[in-house]
Amino acid sequence: MAEKKLMKGNEAIAEAAIRGGCRFYAGYPITPQNEIPEYMSWRLNEVGGHFVQAESEVAAINMVYGAAGAGGRAMTSSSSPGISLKQEGISYICGAELPCVIVNMVRSGPGLGGIQPCQGDYFQAVKGGGHGDYRMLVVAPNSVQECVDIMYDAWDKAEKYRLPVMILGDGMLGQIMEAVELPPMKDPATFPKKPWATTGEGTGENRRIINSLYIVPDELEAMNHKLQKVYDEMAKNEAKAEEYLLDDAEIVLTAYGTVGRIVKSSVDMLREKGIKAGLIRPITVYPFPKDAFKKVGEMKSVKEIVTVELSMGQYIEDVKLYTECKKPVKFYGRSGGNIMAPEDVVDFVLKEVK
Amino acid sequence: MERLIVAGFGGQGVLSLGQMIAYASMFENKNVTWLPSYGPEMRGGTANCSVVVDEAPIASPIIATPDTLIAMNKPSLDKFIASVKKGGLVLVNSSLISDKVNRDDVKTIYVNANEIAHKIGNDKASNLVVLGAYIKHSGLFTKDEMLKTIEKVFAAKAKFIESNKAAFLAGYEL
Repeated sequence: MAEKKLMKGNEAIAEAAIRGGCRFYAGYPITPQNEIPEYMSWRLNEVGGHFVQAESEVAAINMVYGAAGAGGRAMTSSSSPGISLKQEGISYICGAELPCVIVNMVRSGPGLGGIQPCQGDYFQAVKGGGHGDYRMLVVAPNSVQECVDIMYDAWDKAEKYRLPVMILGDGMLGQIMEAVELPPMKDPATFPKKPWATTGEGTGENRRIINSLYIVPDELEAMNHKLQKVYDEMAKNEAKAEEYLLDDAEIVLTAYGTVGRIVKSSVDMLREKGIKAGLIRPITVYPFPKDAFKKVGEMKSVKEIVTVELSMGQYIEDVKLYTECKKPVKFYGRSGGNIMAPEDVVDFVLKEVK
Repeated sequence: MERLIVAGFGGQGVLSLGQMIAYASMFENKNVTWLPSYGPEMRGGTANCSVVVDEAPIASPIIATPDTLIAMNKPSLDKFIASVKKGGLVLVNSSLISDKVNRDDVKTIYVNANEIAHKIGNDKASNLVVLGAYIKHSGLFTKDEMLKTIEKVFAAKAKFIESNKAAFLAGYEL
């Protein structure tokens, strides 16, 4: 059996990143994700990697841009206001077709907001927080083990499609401790070669340029089509959802990330009361697991859908879109850093859903 | 399933008390979630953590009605006492809380943890005294399982092992 360790979500993300090949981290401190840079600051050194506490979030994402352009497995992490600052860099990285990993341990907003858990960055993460036509693979783990599993393979996926992978967590996920199994260290020698990386190796077959500037409209349009093909391919391969007691469900609860866990307990409580409840939890929020949600929309047994989120209602828009508005969708949310208990969701269903 | 809330002043070791349960759960192959309050807490401020232990995989780490409350100070008792499940267990640090618990539908154990910790010469271990009493009355783990956990968790700080075990046992044998 693999070694088991009790770890915070933030620490587990950092360790799994290193085991998955990360050798460069740049970031700027912000609660509630500070355990990631703290861990990286000593751990990267042990494996011959590089840690930089940057002068700002903007600097950090551009350092990641540089390190990724040079072919390294690079990452940054932050929380909501810090991720806003990184948006320009994220767009550039997408324009330059570079793989990297970005972690957002979301806190409450808008503005400086607060430091408690929230899911108010959904639109920013999945609809494009930066400018231009770009997409990222956005994954929303619900446990420390899922954080490990996703981080471990994050660069493999980022490099396959040459785009950023974003881990969309929240303060709860960063701070919670659970026992995890850690996979073995990947050997960087086995990573695929990057014929596009500006490694300074000398004269190659092609001149290598990392850039996102295309002045000629036809050239940029061709680039947009090339990127779109990649995004379509990613959407086809990577969409993922967890389903729980859906088969005979009359009321389907849906939530992503840690809230998906809270709601799973609500489903059990509702079942104990004789109410046929089920859960669908997207694991990737971009690409959205369209087929799984379309199926829920078409299920004869389903009478109503309830989205539960730590925001004023963002995720609900995709739920309506991808169930094609075939079922009524109700919304239950908390915000400001407050978290619902499973019982709160049960009370909402008993009161508001027929 | 055991759902536990540990609450008190920052500096009383409430988070590490919860972590001892989390470590014991891992060592005994049970599932566990440990979720701390975080943010502007500091020494003297309030801190708490929610711990869920189960044989089955744990869904919600958020606890609305704890099976057990460990209250290390008065504000914590006031904040959480009403939420404890009927028939639940409440451990009160009577060194700092002079009030009696005003509920007769829960089992309440009073532990003068600070005095006991002081008597055994380890003022910082009042949390382990309460841990001992908690384990005794909940039966969540055996005495030996917890002693083994203390040894493993403090392996890197070996000089604290014996005094921490003594604090745990003082609470356990009350």
